[in-house]
Amino acid sequence: MANLNLTLKVWRQDTPQSKGSIQTYQANEIPEEASFLEMLDIVNEGLVIAGQEPIHYDHDCREGICGMCSLTINGVPHSGGLVSKVTTCQLHMRKFKDGDTIWIEPFRAEAFPLLRDLIVDRSALDNIIAAGGFIEVRTGSAPEANTMPIRKKTSEAAFDAAACIGCGACVASCKNSSAMLFTSAKAAHLNLLPQGQPEKHKRVLAMVRQMDNLGFGNCTNQYECEAACPKGISVDNIAKLNRDYIIACAAEGVGVYA
Amino acid sequence: MKDIQFPISDFMPDACIPEGPVDQKWTKYKREAKLINPSNRRKYTVIVVGSGLAGGAAAATLAELGYKVKCFCYQDSPRRAHSIAAQGGINAAHNYQNDGDSVYRLFYDTVKGGDFRARESNVYRLAEVSCNIINQCVAQGVPFGREYGGMLDNRSFGGSQLKRTFYSRGQTGQQLLLGCYQAMEKEIGKGNIEMFTRTEMLDLVVVDGHAKGIVVRDMVTGEIKSHSGDTVIVATGGYGRVFFLSTNAMGCNVGAAHACWKRGAYFANPCYTQIHPTCIPVKGDYQSKLTLMSESLRNDGRIWVPSTRELAEKVRNGSIKASDIPENERDYYLERKYPSFGNLAPRDISSRAAKEACDDNRGIATSGFGVFLDFKDAINRMGKDWIAGQYGNLFEMYEEITDVDPNDEPMMIYPASHYTMGGLWVDYNLQASIPGLHVLGEANFSDHGANRLGASALMQGLSDGYFVISSTLPTYLTSIKPGTVTTAAPEFKAAEDEVKARLNKMMNVKGTRTPDDIHRELGQLMWDNVGMGRTRESLTAAIERIPAIREEFWNNVKVAGTTVGMNMELEKAWRLGCYVEFCELLCYDALAREESCGAHFRLEYQLDDGEAARNDAEYAYVSAWEYKGVGELPVLHKEPLTFETVNLAVRSYK
Repeated sequence: MANLNLTLKVWRQDTPQSKGSIQTYQANEIPEEASFLEMLDIVNEGLVIAGQEPIHYDHDCREGICGMCSLTINGVPHSGGLVSKVTTCQLHMRKFKDGDTIWIEPFRAEAFPLLRDLIVDRSALDNIIAAGGFIEVRTGSAPEANTMPIRKKTSEAAFDAAACIGCGACVASCKNSSAMLFTSAKAAHLNLLPQGQPEKHKRVLAMVRQMDNLGFGNCTNQYECEAACPKGISVDNIAKLNRDYIIACAAEGVGVYA
Repeated sequence: MKDIQFPISDFMPDACIPEGPVDQKWTKYKREAKLINPSNRRKYTVIVVGSGLAGGAAAATLAELGYKVKCFCYQDSPRRAHSIAAQGGINAAHNYQNDGDSVYRLFYDTVKGGDFRARESNVYRLAEVSCNIINQCVAQGVPFGREYGGMLDNRSFGGSQLKRTFYSRGQTGQQLLLGCYQAMEKEIGKGNIEMFTRTEMLDLVVVDGHAKGIVVRDMVTGEIKSHSGDTVIVATGGYGRVFFLSTNAMGCNVGAAHACWKRGAYFANPCYTQIHPTCIPVKGDYQSKLTLMSESLRNDGRIWVPSTRELAEKVRNGSIKASDIPENERDYYLERKYPSFGNLAPRDISSRAAKEACDDNRGIATSGFGVFLDFKDAINRMGKDWIAGQYGNLFEMYEEITDVDPNDEPMMIYPASHYTMGGLWVDYNLQASIPGLHVLGEANFSDHGANRLGASALMQGLSDGYFVISSTLPTYLTSIKPGTVTTAAPEFKAAEDEVKARLNKMMNVKGTRTPDDIHRELGQLMWDNVGMGRTRESLTAAIERIPAIREEFWNNVKVAGTTVGMNMELEKAWRLGCYVEFCELLCYDALAREESCGAHFRLEYQLDDGEAARNDAEYAYVSAWEYKGVGELPVLHKEPLTFETVNLAVRSYK
């Protein structure tokens, strides 16, 4: 069990309006077994004791499922490019080497305004769901669960898309700040299932329009999003969304660029 | 050792349990319940605090019904509530496996699993609505595990001899919460729910004896604001982080429940805290949380320790590996002690058995606080691919944290604080002892008795949120006139001032220790003295030590920054300020309950074979504690538990 001595280059910004900058900190005696966020905890304890303000960052479950943690590490959301399919909270310090310099920045995107230091506002993602990322079934109106057999393969495919944790790494990794992977994953989850068919066209049109209105960019098929996704959400979902969108436009009689 | 005499009150609010046989109570209740017509519902404002399965389901359902809902969560999105982390599954009495399940059996298993310390009527209702929950979730698009014929699949969980657990791989809580969150977002989009994210409830406002609003802190601007409503629903989860290290999310806290308690709501059975048997062991003093490995792993994993202390020592110092130890030198202690339930013994029993093995110096992991969870036999029987299909994400999660592949070497696990059965006291309507305050999900006390069975938390959260509160809320709402109280009432200003004064006081201590540092100290004290095994001595020692920790907090905490704007240190300090007051109550309750039951294990009260010795003659009641001031003894109110349907029996899993 070795300890690491590291140099951190961290984005600091007090308020949404103030000017931010990269600040340098030393992280010494960091146990290899610690998680990345535990490393930041250790640094923050030191800062507070020294009378300085701690580095603010978002985090909650610390087991890779809530989607709250959101750091861009060495230019790559969550993983720093060191491991695939992890959230920041699941990244461990044994992936780093003694003496490393680590760059820590927020998830940057126009649709994610910065609140403080490494914390951004990702409520735009909620707004995409509110536009149509649901099946409208009033509590109490559901039929008996097994009246509708669903192919195992279909159910598994829907699950694969539904595994999205809504962290926004796809947006942060994209040079266009596109939310296509996020949006397409929710659309695919619901559109694949028989329960999701009645609202399929309406859903796709509403979610895509909302995504555009919120300032997310377009997809140019670079697939950075899939590489950054901690849950391995496939870009196949984007292809499916594009297909569903064209069909929805035709079915609903609206223009593709409306 | 001082003898503590708790003040006892004869008064107990009516639990409002409907008359009649247990299987007809809910039907009778709904038949006779008051209704509010759709055009009148929009006149009522309902405040919902918390957006997990209980709060989220309630917010969505009440908004669909036409009530004006204001929902609050401390996270940046309602989708991140900690229900999301539940892995294994959700129980329901559908009997799709044809293995003999029924509403009665789910009810019975839950009452027995809770060691006969839950309210029969509430548990029966929970079992009754369990199937509706599954139906609702499937209709929302929750992708449950299925069989090739297209029907829903089930797995087994602890404390049950049949398969009634519905699951979505190892992410059941996530999928259920997303279903619930999507239903909420649908209502947010329509304007029926006003959502307040990054907003933490710091106080409850009681006007003329009724809960009429809350005081919150906007965690972005730091502003203290009030919100009024016709009723307040608190669904803010449990207090497992009183032990500092737990499987709870970092932000989980007792603040809202603690505020309700201080405002007069009784707190029931706080000593019933669940220690989950299968978590990744502690690795260092910088550790921030413990990670749960789903109980579903116990379907195929076998739990063991080396049969001798010498072998265990060799494992600890790294001179041998688990796979080097032959079969005849392994002690599969759960299979040995509980042959009929084996590795699927309930959580409290499994946790205690792990502690006993480690206390016997046969624990593994470098600390000695660990046992093996071994998949070797299942891998040999079913193959690695099958195991990956069942537990793939859990194996990956384990390897990510420990750098060990469970396909090669067994997992190392140890119990950790996970869930709290105790909570604010509620009646059958889920109304607290303050009229107008309703409490849902883990935050209330009602359904799990002294121990919760696996896959029952999700069931209870959704039961309360989707199906119970929508029927019981009109009972209160029809008794009041809507919209009579606004934030102009002087009680709001007074509560805001108190909150601001408390925040400023914390801020101005300017001591030398961070909130986390003090919280760690408190957590260690609670874990050592009030954890898996409790004694009169350990509890008394904790009670004597707590005032000093509380004093340390108020005299030596160092909170960086200011009250304006985002301040994560201030958030931690506020929550710790609640814990340093609340933790004493947990000790008092554990001390006053001179019996062992479920997760509450008093070493003085055990049977010859080491099982919990319940004392039904003297302790078959709910302890409901009334706040009397910081450092003052709370008053004990007792709600007798009457068992009309099940026979009180010694809980045996042998």
